Amino acid sequence: MSKTKVHNHQHDVVIVGAGGAGMRAAIEAGPHAKTVVISKLFPTRSHTGAAQGGMAAALANVEEDSWEWHTFDTVKGGDYLVDQDAAEILAKESVQAVIDLENMGLPFNRTPDGKIDQRRFGGHTRDHGKAPVRRSCYAADRTGHMILQTLYQNCVRLGIEFYNEFYVLDLVMNTVDGEERPSAVVAYELATGEIHIFQGKSIIFATGGFGKIFKTTSNAHTLTGDGVGIIWRKGLPLEDMEFYQFHPTGLAGLGILLSEAARGEGAILRNASGERFMERYAPTIKDLAPRDMVARAMANEVREGRGAGPHKDYVLLDLTHLPPEVIDAKLPDITEFARTYLGVEPYTEPVPVFPTAHYAMGGIPTNIKAEVLRNNKKVVPGLYAAGECACVSVHGANRLGTNSLLDINVFGKRAGIYAVEYAKTAKHVPVPKDAAKDVLELIEMMQNSTGTEKVAVLRRELQDTMDKNAQVYRTEESLDEALEVIADLRKRYQNIQVQDRGARFNTDLLEAIELGFLFDLAEVLVVTSKERRESRGGHFREDYPERNDEKFMVHSMAYKTSKNIKVDWKPVVITNYPPMERKY
Amino acid sequence: MSNAVAENTEIGVVPSFTVTLFVRRFSKEDGLEARWEDFDVTVHGTDRVLDALHKIKWEQDGSLSFRRSCAHGVCGSDAMRINGRNRLACKTLIKDLDITEPIYVEPIKGLEVEKDLIVNMDPFYQAYRDVKPFLIASDKPKAERIQSPEDRERFDMTTKCILCAACTSSCPVFWTDGQYFGPAAIVNAHRFIFDSRDEAADVRLEILNDKEGVWRCRTTFNCTEACPRGIEVTRAIAEVKQAILRGKP
Ligand SMILES: Cc1cc2nc3c(=O)[nH]c(=O)nc-3n(C[C@H](O)[C@H](O)[C@H](O)COP(=O)(O)OP(=O)(O)OC[C@H]3O[C@@H](n4cnc5c(N)ncnc54)[C@H](O)[C@@H]3O)c2cc1C
Ligand code: SF4
Ligand code: FES
Repeated sequence: MSKTKVHNHQHDVVIVGAGGAGMRAAIEAGPHAKTVVISKLFPTRSHTGAAQGGMAAALANVEEDSWEWHTFDTVKGGDYLVDQDAAEILAKESVQAVIDLENMGLPFNRTPDGKIDQRRFGGHTRDHGKAPVRRSCYAADRTGHMILQTLYQNCVRLGIEFYNEFYVLDLVMNTVDGEERPSAVVAYELATGEIHIFQGKSIIFATGGFGKIFKTTSNAHTLTGDGVGIIWRKGLPLEDMEFYQFHPTGLAGLGILLSEAARGEGAILRNASGERFMERYAPTIKDLAPRDMVARAMANEVREGRGAGPHKDYVLLDLTHLPPEVIDAKLPDITEFARTYLGVEPYTEPVPVFPTAHYAMGGIPTNIKAEVLRNNKKVVPGLYAAGECACVSVHGANRLGTNSLLDINVFGKRAGIYAVEYAKTAKHVPVPKDAAKDVLELIEMMQNSTGTEKVAVLRRELQDTMDKNAQVYRTEESLDEALEVIADLRKRYQNIQVQDRGARFNTDLLEAIELGFLFDLAEVLVVTSKERRESRGGHFREDYPERNDEKFMVHSMAYKTSKNIKVDWKPVVITNYPPMERKY
Repeated sequence: MSNAVAENTEIGVVPSFTVTLFVRRFSKEDGLEARWEDFDVTVHGTDRVLDALHKIKWEQDGSLSFRRSCAHGVCGSDAMRINGRNRLACKTLIKDLDITEPIYVEPIKGLEVEKDLIVNMDPFYQAYRDVKPFLIASDKPKAERIQSPEDRERFDMTTKCILCAACTSSCPVFWTDGQYFGPAAIVNAHRFIFDSRDEAADVRLEILNDKEGVWRCRTTFNCTEACPRGIEVTRAIAEVKQAILRGKP
């Protein structure tokens, strides 16, 4: 038996994750039900705070706009793999979502007459693609920071209960009325190494993305997909995992993001000879084409030898024609990144950029009430997911910029509302006696390991193979290679070494555990990428370069079986927009 | 734009080099006194102190403990004392330090050390919560509130705070008197005191008029120098002092 202390807690609504989605849910749930938020980071350290560009909403504050146009753009941008009922909700509820935030105190930039200002962003257009539209509400280039701060401020106002630096490592299910239902989550307390079981009638996952499966990424070190991995290990499905977004403008070699807002404000992508190459790929909206197109165009420029720099391995983001006042007022942070990290002065020099792994379109499948799906039709009563870890699906095969900050607000709020509604009538599902057993065993095994393999080495090899084989261009061959590497790394993972034997602040141990989740998710991503023998949105198969609606106008649903990964398919919800070719 | 420009933006032009880091180590579990331990690491031109710490943790000693997340200066996790100055490890390029000498890395001061570079941030967060860091307004607007760009600009600076504690833990008053609210809490009060939509400026001014409030500030400017977000912390504190004297923002 383990000597580790185990604590028990009981709440109505248990929220895992204190990013934008988790805290938005908490603000909705807190006043109506006994709510707790568990987060591996102090809330304001969550990666929502890194979001720069803005949040989409058809407020029509600066020019004509409508939620219907926004829905269309979202569907088209997602290469028609978007569930249109969900996209309608996203677009319709966007206006209220922005007003909620403003009312909570968010300091948006303002127009001369004092209204929330709006700017352009890739893929957002007026009247079904006629011209770019100003739809993104923003607070300089720190919109995500302001959303995260504002939501935390309001959680403080409401007295929401937080357990920070608690790592949720397992979801406990139990059988009630012949059906598996969520009962509790099991968390590891960083400060003490002790275990906590949080029982809840409703449990919401809002654990964010998993960009750390790639080497070049805009994601934080902590975005290791734990929540998605936990759901996966429970045998529940993951949807559309092959769709991962590579953002065009990461700082070359580093992956740190330069928001699309730069191009929204007029910055231009150029290749080594100074050519504005996007004119060739997307003649109408050029540099503001959807991210997957721009990212592939950039990779293609480099592949065909037109890259800039000593190794011709990046392209250039040119802001030099923008007045320095505009840069200072609207893009202060990201130009600062260029100065700090690359020593480039954006007033006078173009900035080296290359695509960076950015956003998971796929994740835990949910319906429009944020309820987690058990299969194509049935939900898991009492289990919810929202934000980047979830797949509603409003982003389909490619997410439009500014639609994620919107997603976390709209569906975070919905998760909160429906979790409370469920908790009002539901009973707690009993916590089995041995609820913490798996986690205790995992921790014990890791801490007593006498292995020789270093976490950092395995992680780097995983990230290298993902960047090489499963990035913007994929083939059957490259994906097979990635699978082989992952299988080999998994074997070596059995022989992992954890040097820190202490109980307090053992981040060494947690990095080893997080790596396990990275393996799981990387593998699902590669397997589903193999099964999708077509190209659509963020998923591009060089061996199947066309979109194939006849066979693949469906979501993938991956299940973990005892031996391997099973991939099933789920119909796309189409309401108003029959699939068309995606041209810009 | 010409080719020449493209050629000049070469990254990684600073070649790899080896630096020595002296890191302050402490654990409540091993019964040892806090001590310096030195590590040699090979780093590249664009590497930051955070990268060097990762190299130590990942290649040499897995037990070295520090907080970090975003790795580009926006989450506020990794404020630490680097060569005697409070900075974010992820924003401090090694090549910008004097690399002929060892680099000294230790936890921020004035907060209890938990393990290595990790301190107990609870008192810091408590001071923040104590100033009522949220919009207080009695109106129940159906739509967005209107705010002029000038009114919005009035508190722009202090909205940038990432709660990293670099300022508060560089303040000599805070070191000697842990009860002092500290610069970060005042910055976050400022954020609301000067927001035209807020109605509780008087409440916050009252709180900060306390004996542990703004008057403890001795204008040493340490905080302003430490702030990785470029917030003129001392100015913000001065503005709050003036508002208290005026009795309104
Ligand atoms: C650099 C950057 C810029 C972006 N810019 C924009 C933009 O301009 N517009 C836009 O719409 N979108 C943008 N995005 C995307 C958007 O910011 C994110 O998708 C969104 O913020 C995710 O929010 P979230 O709440 O789902 O997750 P996060 O904010 O990542 O929060 C995840 C939370 O889960 C917690 N957590 C994770 N694992 C565990 C665990 N095991 N136990 C306990 N807690 C756990 C974490 O502590 C954290 O609190 C950007 C993304 C990046 C990386
Ligand atoms: S004011 Fe600056 S130094 Fe102080 S906590 Fe905020 S960001 Fe950090
Ligand atoms: S790691 Fe986020 S600020 Fe340094």
